[in-house]
Amino acid sequence: MTLLALVDCDNFYASCERVFRPDLRKKPIVVLSNNDGCVIARSKEAKAMGIKMGVPWFQIKRAYLAQGGEAFSSNFALYGDLSSRVMHVLAGMVNNIEVYSIDEAFLDLQHMQTSSHAYEFGIYCRNIVRQWVGIPVRIGIAPTKTLAKIASHIAKQRAGGTGVLCLNEQHHIERALKNLSVHEIWGVGRNLSRRLNALNIYSGYELMQSDTRFIRDKFSVVLERTVRELRSEQCLQIHRNTEPKKQIIVSRSFGKKIVDLEQMRPLVSNFAVRASEKLRNEGQKCLQVSVLIFTSPFNNQAQYRGFHTIQFPSPVSDTRDILAGAQTALSNCFKRGYSYAKAGVILNQFSKHSITQGLLFNEIDQCIHVKQDDKLMQYIDSMNEKQAQIYYASQSPGHLLPITKSMTSPRYTTNWLDLPTAN
Amino acid sequence: MTINYLGSISADDLPATFTKFFLEPVSVGFPSPANDYLESPIDLNKYLIKNNVATFLIRVSGESMINANIGDQAILIVDRSLKPKHGSIVVASLDGEFVCKRLQLRPRLCLLPENPAYEPIYVQHGQDLDIMGTVTAAINKFE
Repeated sequence: MTLLALVDCDNFYASCERVFRPDLRKKPIVVLSNNDGCVIARSKEAKAMGIKMGVPWFQIKRAYLAQGGEAFSSNFALYGDLSSRVMHVLAGMVNNIEVYSIDEAFLDLQHMQTSSHAYEFGIYCRNIVRQWVGIPVRIGIAPTKTLAKIASHIAKQRAGGTGVLCLNEQHHIERALKNLSVHEIWGVGRNLSRRLNALNIYSGYELMQSDTRFIRDKFSVVLERTVRELRSEQCLQIHRNTEPKKQIIVSRSFGKKIVDLEQMRPLVSNFAVRASEKLRNEGQKCLQVSVLIFTSPFNNQAQYRGFHTIQFPSPVSDTRDILAGAQTALSNCFKRGYSYAKAGVILNQFSKHSITQGLLFNEIDQCIHVKQDDKLMQYIDSMNEKQAQIYYASQSPGHLLPITKSMTSPRYTTNWLDLPTAN
Repeated sequence: MTINYLGSISADDLPATFTKFFLEPVSVGFPSPANDYLESPIDLNKYLIKNNVATFLIRVSGESMINANIGDQAILIVDRSLKPKHGSIVVASLDGEFVCKRLQLRPRLCLLPENPAYEPIYVQHGQDLDIMGTVTAAINKFE
């Protein structure tokens, strides 16, 4: 028997806000997206108040605060640090771990002999993470990833339970799947579930009973794998996190609307600079830079989404190249007459440090003349690490963070000035 | 016989000093006599922190622990993974606030200050007390 576990942090961002604020233990908490646009995390109490995920903050602000709710701008320095602590604690307990997202990880429980052994391990694991880091987690244990997701989902719904659920016995699995509609299954979205419903497949149990070849022909190999996983056949392995990133995105909503190109340029430059730093941090170079600009979907003015991609003749990670590419892309997709609320820079088509092709054509490419200088970038990065901020001419230091974050909690674990205090 | 023996010798068979001498590129100038004795510099993190994923830093406000050598603005090293004992200095949250005190379990639960100007805190029934972790060290900075 092989078992694996999904460890999922409860309402992660909201729980992080509580670690150094014991006074908030039973209070409703919501965490807002960058720029305080909308709700991206809710504590149990906020959910009970009927606050929906993704709801714009301005719509609920007044009533929510009047009822004694607490709101925070997102504090990713804090969430990132606590996440990494949780993952390190977990990694110390098993041979193999896959960090799946900032608040979820799959653990390999191959060495567990019985499900009661695995269940006890789950309880132990949960207590340790709670005690050591202060973050509550729930744990779903099952023979496959897809079933482990379901187990953790059920553990979440059981108020007052242990937070650990082992789904291993066939009759337990079947009962759980009968109570589960297909759209709640990992990898089955709204769209797919509508098509399944049309074929009279409504519950997880009905999906599990479906003919695998029929599913493969009618849908995809991916969904066939899901069916097999529901039948306790392990199709998805636990991947150690060694795969490099395949894309880097830096995007933000603006504090105020942007209407002309000259206002937009420095903001896009800021994103491009940040994206280039991330790229070098990964030890990668890219062949493509894209720019995205949006109007706000929350007002009644004309809507527009602009997108343009620039291809480099050879892989780059030099901020100057990426800036040039981003600005060209922006010129190509910017349209007058709209008020923009959000923009982003995306880097794509990564390759490791080496010039792969096109050297010969660099000289004649009029559009982007690649400057790529590893030494210079290393130097600038090391200067910036020491807080001596070097800006590029097209940036706008005043608007470096075009974000209005009015309610950010202190960076308790990453900044000396923000340490929590005790009397 | 001797020649055969020498011919089959590999770097691994040489004594350590030999290997160093022959296989490392030689730079001009006198080698530092300390080269063979290099150790990594003293690391305060290692000295102060045993379990870094469970360790948090907390700043002290006030002088209630002055006799335990914890001054105002001292930085506490708090290890959440160490189980607090009778007599441990702990950081606890009491009614929603962090306090740093000495934990007394016997004869009754109490948080003791280390300063006669402060009163012991007897935890009442119904009060919210949570021990966050054990204080393993305090850093007082003088300048």
